[in-house]
Amino acid sequence: MALAVPDSQPAKARDFLGPVFRAEEVGVVLSGQQILFGVTFDVDPGEVVALLGANGSGKSTMVRAALGVIPMSSGTVSAFGSPLGVGTDWSRIGYVPQRMPASTGIPTTACEVVRAGMLSAGRLRTGSRRQAIAALEVMGMADRASQPVQQMSGGQQQRVLIARALIREPDLLFLDEPTSGIDLSTVETLVDTIDVMRRAGTAVVVVLHETEPFEGLIDRAIVLRHGRVVHDGPPPPARAAHALPGHVHGHPHAGPRRWRDRLGLAIGDQE
Amino acid sequence: MIELLGSALMQRALLAALLVGATAPIIGTYLVQRRLALLGDGIGHIALTGVAAGWLAGALAGLATPEALALPGAVAVAVLGAVGIEWVRAKGRITGDVAMAILFYGGIAGGVLLIKIAGGTSASLMTYLFGSIATVSVSDLLWTTALAGLVLTVSFGLRGPLFAVSHDEEFAKASGLPVQLFASVLAALAALTVTVSMRVVGLLLVSALMIVPVAIAQTITKSFSSTMAIASAIGAAVSVVGLSITYWHDLPPGATIVVLAIGLYAAGSLFQRFRRQPTPNTDPHPDLDDDVTVRDTTTPFQEPPP
Repeated sequence: MALAVPDSQPAKARDFLGPVFRAEEVGVVLSGQQILFGVTFDVDPGEVVALLGANGSGKSTMVRAALGVIPMSSGTVSAFGSPLGVGTDWSRIGYVPQRMPASTGIPTTACEVVRAGMLSAGRLRTGSRRQAIAALEVMGMADRASQPVQQMSGGQQQRVLIARALIREPDLLFLDEPTSGIDLSTVETLVDTIDVMRRAGTAVVVVLHETEPFEGLIDRAIVLRHGRVVHDGPPPPARAAHALPGHVHGHPHAGPRRWRDRLGLAIGDQE
Repeated sequence: MIELLGSALMQRALLAALLVGATAPIIGTYLVQRRLALLGDGIGHIALTGVAAGWLAGALAGLATPEALALPGAVAVAVLGAVGIEWVRAKGRITGDVAMAILFYGGIAGGVLLIKIAGGTSASLMTYLFGSIATVSVSDLLWTTALAGLVLTVSFGLRGPLFAVSHDEEFAKASGLPVQLFASVLAALAALTVTVSMRVVGLLLVSALMIVPVAIAQTITKSFSSTMAIASAIGAAVSVVGLSITYWHDLPPGATIVVLAIGLYAAGSLFQRFRRQPTPNTDPHPDLDDDVTVRDTTTPFQEPPP
């Protein structure tokens, strides 16, 4: 079922015109160690922002602080124009963590995991099975809806986690290294999906190590180094080596252009 | 069999066992998912302090039977202790297992100390440690029924958030759910289950009735909800069967129920070993295209002609 990408943003994203997300002078201290030092950035509706940086630069910490998972020692984060807290419309915020929590032995189906994605501060009822299967369908996992996630590979679990964030159709989506451990065709599916969503007005913040598959989709890159923003602007070239003289740009760019043209993927049809 | 059901005492005991057996594994499923399988045991220990504290309060108030306040004391102290564990855990000052270890030791020591001060002896605590289902009174049964109703209402009414908090706490926080609140609700339900069930299997073994049926169920189920349902059915079955056995044979009911459950777990695991033969050589992912073409190694390699 194809989703016609609307030209304008959906109603709920439209009533607020400023940045969807704002971090101001965010500082985080974890176990006595300062991880973030005054990180400030904005994300606008429909914008795809890559959060880049070496291991330990504070990318995941920034995402977790942005979602209220860990406390901040200083600064503020706000979503949809108001500080993150009880007044926040959590149903509009989606999150894809780095990995599934380690198994406890109780089998849990993909469907059960994804249905929990519908819960928020204002909604204590899980999503319906139909909604969960629609979200799993986007990630090509609908036929495994009843399979326990414990029996799945890391990449398949990652797809389930992405589906869990998609089920609530967020207007602000955080993804923490969503491409780790998933194969190329799934990465393509993810890129397609993010493209559909951002055209519908969803703002996306994605932590990445390798920007290549997302090239052309990323509007802006924020580079963190030792907990400070060292770059906020156009995305850097995928790899430094590519820019060096003598580097033959031999590999064909399967290209975001082509991905974008191919978009027949639906994330809608849940209404 | 008719003789068994004819006794009013046995009717009450069976009904209490059925209710406790069915509800304890429901809370247990959440606890196992939350990696707090031993929380029930920790609560059992601290409830002992509650029993003794209730006893002491009864003695101080000059009640004819100071024991009358033992159950309310156990409920109050166990709920406070369980919610306290969650609070300490959330503060991150101490890991869950160390917090529980302190609760174990503190609970036993506090119970033995307080019961002595209250004028009782450690032997007075024995009926609470190992249960006294043979003496279930009408009011005990009413308490057990009310508890079962409360546990079922809350654990089904809030099953979405309780599942989310148990399965992936970080995601639950990132969804804006009041994680600390739901974790405390779960801990309080566990404490209620333990203290009201102590008459049936005793404080030392009530945790087993929360956890072992879940362990049995998860060897045969494929989802969280079916694990919960089957664990509840197994819990009810072993409780009723175990108790019935003690009607004909002079055995302690709590221990009989738990040994029966563990026996079932052992039998189930053995059965799984025999049943679960490795599947023959088939493509586990027929829906996925092969990404790499591999040379067929079954046909002998032909030297290319020179």
